[in-house]
Amino acid sequence: MSITALPSGQPVERLAAARQPHTLWQVWLRFRRNKLSMFALAFIILQLLVAIFAEQIAPYDPYKGDFSVTWQKPTREHLLGTDDLGRDVLSRLIYGSRISLSVGILSQLVIVMIGLPIGALAGLIGGRLDYVLMRVIDVFSSIPILLFYTLMLVALGSGFWNIIIAMALTGWIGIARLVRGQVLSLKETDYVRAARAMGGRTRHIVVTHLVRNSLTPVIVALALGVPGAMFAEAGLSFLGLGIASPQTSWGQMIGLYQGYIQTSWHLTVFPAVVLAVTLLAWFALGDGVRDALDPTLRL
Amino acid sequence: MARFIVSRLIGLVGVLLAVSLITFLLMHAVPGGPFDAQAMQRQQMIPEAIKQQLNAKFGLDKPIWQQYLVFLGNAVRMDFGYSFSNSTRTVIQIFQEQWPYTIQLGLLTLLFSLVVGLGLGIGAAIKQGSWLDYTGTFVSVFCLVMPSFVFAILLQFFFSVRLGWLPTGGWDSPKHWIMPVLANSLGPILILQRYTRSSMADVIRANYVRTARAKGMSERRVMLIHVFKNALTPVVTVGGPMIAGLITGSFFVESIFRIPGIGLYFVTAVQNRDYPLIMATTLVWTALISITYLLTDLVYALIDPRVTYVKAS
Repeated sequence: MSITALPSGQPVERLAAARQPHTLWQVWLRFRRNKLSMFALAFIILQLLVAIFAEQIAPYDPYKGDFSVTWQKPTREHLLGTDDLGRDVLSRLIYGSRISLSVGILSQLVIVMIGLPIGALAGLIGGRLDYVLMRVIDVFSSIPILLFYTLMLVALGSGFWNIIIAMALTGWIGIARLVRGQVLSLKETDYVRAARAMGGRTRHIVVTHLVRNSLTPVIVALALGVPGAMFAEAGLSFLGLGIASPQTSWGQMIGLYQGYIQTSWHLTVFPAVVLAVTLLAWFALGDGVRDALDPTLRL
Repeated sequence: MARFIVSRLIGLVGVLLAVSLITFLLMHAVPGGPFDAQAMQRQQMIPEAIKQQLNAKFGLDKPIWQQYLVFLGNAVRMDFGYSFSNSTRTVIQIFQEQWPYTIQLGLLTLLFSLVVGLGLGIGAAIKQGSWLDYTGTFVSVFCLVMPSFVFAILLQFFFSVRLGWLPTGGWDSPKHWIMPVLANSLGPILILQRYTRSSMADVIRANYVRTARAKGMSERRVMLIHVFKNALTPVVTVGGPMIAGLITGSFFVESIFRIPGIGLYFVTAVQNRDYPLIMATTLVWTALISITYLLTDLVYALIDPRVTYVKAS
């Protein structure tokens, strides 16, 4: 459509430049039609703001106890109650969102930085490198993932960066496999052959054709990987292996106070609800991104 | 076919060796090892520590090698030694005594999620856009976003604490089974519902189904002979690994409902750094998962004549 709109005789580069924002705009238009995903996006932006401005928003210091108000049910002073040390649950939830969001987003960034080049190389070069990569994938895909995280965190010790390491060590494999498959099939397409026949250099072909065209499934995998990583962080912290005190995370709060559910339900139920709603929002966002980018990827 | 199975089994041995080595090294990287937890906390130490770990993987000093070989020798004879935290019992004894609980929970979960997942999936595909379809979507979205441990705690809160209908934990009577099975079946129901629905929806629109209808076959026969048989084939591929996941148990569900299964023991083993139990669990689980994958592939070849593992000459 855009081709006919352009006056004839324009150089090809101009044409390409005119089309680039156009497609992104189309993706946005398609995304915008999905009401649930738009709602999820708004929620996530709000949550990001809350996480960034936690110091200003949180009503109390999340690490400072107040022994005159321990084990309080929700009151006007402490909207979501207080814990065993008299710390404000709402403030702890707000600070916990920092952990959840940064584990989710950072882990995916690290994963793509490792997995994308390795997968692209394996698909491009093939041969022995590809063989080795496939065997590594065999090994990693037969270890139960949670078991591996648990072992990693026992070996490395708990902590924010160790969670990221554990996730990166296993997570890059999925992306590498995805990119490898994409590169293998894209390598045989007519436009790559044409580019090669026209004398395009390998570097150019890899960057413009292979990597750029395999980005869609990667972006979708990452968008759905964020809640997956949050899920794993919450689970590990729940088991007492993830985020260590005094730092706070939702999973950790659920794990620490699950034994007190009979008397102080607010200590576990509030973080549980926040976690579930956040996961819902991210999955809805990922769904919307996938449908907007390429509806055929849907299961 | 025999060659395919043999080559896969050889591959399994390789995978087990690799996994045992990784686990062994991870465990021996704890305290006294070259990377102490204190330094790891600092951000700038991490890349070097990983490098060191990888170095250790390839350039092992002798004592660790010998330890590993001894472990391998014993493991081949299914002897994993005594558990550190339960020093009166061998690891094998712990497995014998605790695993039945996990298997029972797993089978009950499988049964429940087969009924719910397949039912909702099939119903949603046959009557697309109906209330059944929306219920299916709602249930699968719920299963997707609700972590099992969160759901378990919410169940416990409402049914035990608030209403007092069900006991908070234990495994003595069917009353104790309800909440663990519900919490455990989130993942399986999600997978079964989604796969069944999408695969049924594809098959219903297939040409051979239209042909069968055009021939004047009764709707019942069309559904039973053409639709179900073909639609459930892809479900088998996800079903195999799912069963493996179920009988290896869930740390979360077992620890929240205090079910003395192997998952609960694994969590305590990790917290107590009980190396023999950790090693054994990792290896047994890995073997189990790999064997299920192999069996799944074989079953797939059996039910779908188009699949063959013999290379065309």
